This record gives sequence, structure tokens and C-alpha cells, in this order.
Amino acid sequence: MTATNLPASDAGATTSRTSSPAAGPGRPRKSATQLPRTFYLMVLPALVLFVIFHTIPVIQGVYYSFTDSPGYGPSNLVGFRNYIALFSDPRVLHAYWFTFLIAGVATILVNIVSLAIAVGLNGKIKFKTTLRGVYFVPNILAILVVGYIFNYLFSNSLPALGQKLGIDFLSTSLLTQASTAWIGIVILAVWQAAAFNIIIYIAGLQTVPQEIYEAASIDGAGAWRSFRSITFPMIAGFFTINMVLSLKSFLQIFDHIVALTNGGPGTDTESVALLIYKGGFQGGEYGYQSANSVVFFIVIVVFSIVQLRFLQRREMSA
Amino acid sequence: MSTQASEAAVAPGARTTRKRRRGESHDPVNWWLTALLIVLALTIAVPLYFAVVTALKTTDQLGGTGFGLPTSVRWSNFADAWRLTDFPRTALNSAIITVGAVVLTLLTNSMVAYAIARNLERKLFKGLYFYFVSALFVPFPIIMLPVAKETALLHLDNRLGLILLYVVYGLAFNIFIFTAYIQSIPRELEEAAAMDGASTWGIFWKVIFPLLAPMNATVGILTCLWAWNDFLLPLVILSDPGSATLPLVQYVFQSQFQTNYPTAFASYLMAMAPLLLVYVFAQRWVISGVTQGAVK
Repeated sequence: MTATNLPASDAGATTSRTSSPAAGPGRPRKSATQLPRTFYLMVLPALVLFVIFHTIPVIQGVYYSFTDSPGYGPSNLVGFRNYIALFSDPRVLHAYWFTFLIAGVATILVNIVSLAIAVGLNGKIKFKTTLRGVYFVPNILAILVVGYIFNYLFSNSLPALGQKLGIDFLSTSLLTQASTAWIGIVILAVWQAAAFNIIIYIAGLQTVPQEIYEAASIDGAGAWRSFRSITFPMIAGFFTINMVLSLKSFLQIFDHIVALTNGGPGTDTESVALLIYKGGFQGGEYGYQSANSVVFFIVIVVFSIVQLRFLQRREMSA
Repeated sequence: MSTQASEAAVAPGARTTRKRRRGESHDPVNWWLTALLIVLALTIAVPLYFAVVTALKTTDQLGGTGFGLPTSVRWSNFADAWRLTDFPRTALNSAIITVGAVVLTLLTNSMVAYAIARNLERKLFKGLYFYFVSALFVPFPIIMLPVAKETALLHLDNRLGLILLYVVYGLAFNIFIFTAYIQSIPRELEEAAAMDGASTWGIFWKVIFPLLAPMNATVGILTCLWAWNDFLLPLVILSDPGSATLPLVQYVFQSQFQTNYPTAFASYLMAMAPLLLVYVFAQRWVISGVTQGAVK
């Protein structure tokens, strides 16, 4: 999990190794002229394709964000007009608010649920392998397809159940009102994303040596106490990475909403990604939604950095 | 020879008894926890059970909570879904795209990572590393609109284009984990091969690539799950309905499905079945592959 700083440290180690005389013989000294051309040929095709399909579209996206392009035909440069308009567009502001709501709640819930299940699956239980296998199943399935099944459950089965049991809250479909539809979206998001996070947390839990727990139980620490004082601090790195990755992927939520509400009723449950898709491809707002996606990009980068800083500081003090 | 054999015969036995004894005294099987986890696992089974029973019903058996078993089974829902979504063709499209993306990703991304990992002390390659990996922070919506235009212009708004995009968009994450892994492989192996006259190209394919097997498993599994289940990229890239993938077809036929839920659910099941079947047989391998990538 500390791979981020690997390249730098290894590069440092290599330089020191080449400069030390002990490592000198047997290893051909490499200089810029002697580097096999093969290395360049190995990266060149990928680099070209990456520039064509990633970097150029990013630049184009930024360029179009300063135009009034509807997605076809000629367009004019309009300066920052799109950006200014974005901040007073209620549909856009609502999409951001809705996306933050879903992403925030889903990120927290997914991490609580999957950490709890991972601790359980790491315990002394029967059928360990089978249960681990079952909990991973949601990650095998397409979100869109599962979403259609959940859609039917939320709009038909759950209301029928609610009426039978006389629970008012459940007797109408969750998905027909924005005030409750977000719950359905979060349930689907957590159901699907927990699978992958559980696996990561189990991998983290297995790095904790069992002897520590034995020592702690001899000292009279209960289960909750040893989780708080031993387990959690020791897997803090896994927690950080899961929080950052979950938030990043939930901020881009798309399939879940297409399957459950398609943004409705009206535009009440639109996420930012869905709004960019709808406005850009179907609404003739190509330039305008490009500006929206540039803002969205900045938001995601800022969120990731702030979250990483915050969680890493906690990790260190823990 | 004989001592070795007897040692080997004794050692496992000794270890198991020790383990068992410790297991009995300190931590017996926690049945309450086992039961709780089984009950929780039902939340995963419920939607799947529901899909199965609904797919077998006739439309007039729907209604209520829908959890009851079908009173009479209508298998032809599957035949209807098969015809309506042109299942053989759609599944073949998904398979071609997934296999193509996985194979090309494994062959190319590992190679790029190797060239980068072994030259990180050079500014150029270090720069390339950060250039590729920084794409992890770029959300897809920002390139979604331009890339759809671009692929249409280049006549890549088809299966081949999709394969290329999966390979290119996987680079950021794959280079990140491949590079970390390659750096843990000692250079001595390559140096020995180089002394024997092997070329850099030969060294990569004959020495390094086989050593990458655990990472190849991780990357292969993740790419497979992504390409098979992805909806957004096929939605914005594919222009010919004939090359639609399984998730895309569920979306396209949604309006027709609305009038006939059993057929819709039969179609959902058929879309989920292939990968689910593969998973049932390769479960251990899949999970250890994913875990491997997580720990690195």
C-alpha cells in the first residue's frame, strides 16, 4: 500500500548502488547513449495511444469549455461565460449537492459495513472460504443489471411488503420522490461496493500478527478494545486507501442512477456525471457541460488531496 | 534420504496437532459469528433469488411482494429474452471486447511498466511514470464528450475502439502496480541473462514476464470485470447497435422490458450468468488474485 513512494526510494537506492564500487563489476554501466533502444520502443506505442485517447481529449475538453459549441457545427469562443453560468444554474448546483450527498453517505457506510464484515470473516468461523466467496459476488455483476433488479424490488416488492405490514414509510416506492430516492441509490451502491472493500480489508487484517491479540487478551482487553487499540491503527493504511478510492468512484456515480431513477423525477436525482452525459450528448450543451466537467475534475482532485492529507495525519497520530 | 522422509512425515502431523490443541483451548469456532455472517450473506442472495423466481413466472403471476415461487414455470421467458436481445451476438460482442482488452492489456501494460521500472533513475522515464499515473486523478466525465467525437472521427466507434480504450485507460492503475512489483524483482536475473547474450526484448519475455504471473492474474481479473460489466464506455462509444455489449443491451431494451418483467429478468440473468459461472469455478483464484494486488 506504500507503493506511492516506492519509485523514488528505489531510484535513490539504484544510484547509490551504481556509485559504490562493490556493485560496479558485473553490471554494465549504463549511460544515456548505451540505453538499449528497446526500452524506448517498449513505451512508444502506449505513449502515442495514451496521448491520442487521453491527453488530447482532456485538452479538447478544456478548449470546448470556453466555447458555445452544441456538439456539432461551428462554435464561438465565449471566454469564461460557461463557468460563470454554471455557478448560477440551479440544475447544476443541485447535481453537485446530490452527488456529494450520495458519495459522502455511501463512502462512510461502505467502509463501516465492509470493515465489520471483514473482521467477522477474519474471525474463527466455519465455512470461511465459502463465505468469503459469497461476499465477493456483487463485484462480479454489472451495476446496471443489478440496478434494474433493485429497481423492481424498490418500486414493487418493498411497497407491497410495507402495505402488508402497515408501514407507511415503505408503502409507496422509494424511487418516486427525490427525498427518498437517494436512499435506494445508496443501498445499491453500498451493496455492490462492499464486496471489493471487504477483500481489501481482509488483506489488511491478515497483516496483523496474531500474537498481539493473544498478548492483549492476557492483559484483559475485550474485543472492542483490542479492535480500537490494535486492529484499527494497524490497518489504518488500508482504511485511508479505501476511503479515498470509494469517495472517488462514488463521486462519479452513473450506472446506479441510470438503473434506478434515470435522474428523475424531473432532474431531482441527477448526479454530475449523469448531467454531463445528458446535457452534453442529448441537450446540445457540449461546451457548457465541458466547462462543468472541468470544474468536476478540479473538485475531484481537491477532494482526493484534502481527504488523503486528513486521513494520513490521523494515521500518524494514531 | 530416510531421515528427510521421516521428518517430512512427522512435521505436518506435529504442526496440526499443535494447531488443533491451540485452537481448542484458545479460540474454538465462533458459531454465533458464523450464523450472523450467513444471515448477512442472505442480503446478497435475495436479489439473485428474486431474479430467478421472477424470470420463471408468467406476467399474471406478478404482484404482491413477488418473493413467492412460481405456480407454473414459464421457461419460454428465456427464449423470448434470447431472441429479443439477440443473445448469442451480444454475448459474443462482450466476450470479444473482454478477451481482447485482457490479452492486450497484459501484453502491453506490463511491458511499458518494465521499461519504466528499470529506468526510473532517468528523468525521461520518471516523467513518463508520473505522466501515466496522474491519469488516476482524471475523472472519466471530462474526456467522455471529446473521446466520443474522436473515436467517431477515427472510425473507432466499434469493438476495436473499445478494446483500445480499455487498454489505454487501464495504463494508469496497471503501471502503478506493475512498476511496484517489478522493482521487487532483483536485477541480477536480467544481468545474468544479458551476459548470456539475451536482448532486452528477450529478457522481458523470457525472464520477467513469467515472473509477473501473480500481478498478471490481478490485472487480468480486474480488467475482465471492468470490461465485461462496464456500461458507460460502450454507451458513449459504440454507434452500431449490432456491436452492443450485454449491459448496454439491457439499457437499450429497457422500454420494451417495462411491459414484460419476466422476460426482462430472464435477460438480466442471462447477462449475469457467464461471468458468475466462471467465478463459481475460479473463486479461490479470483479472490487471491485481487488480494495480491491489494497488498502490493
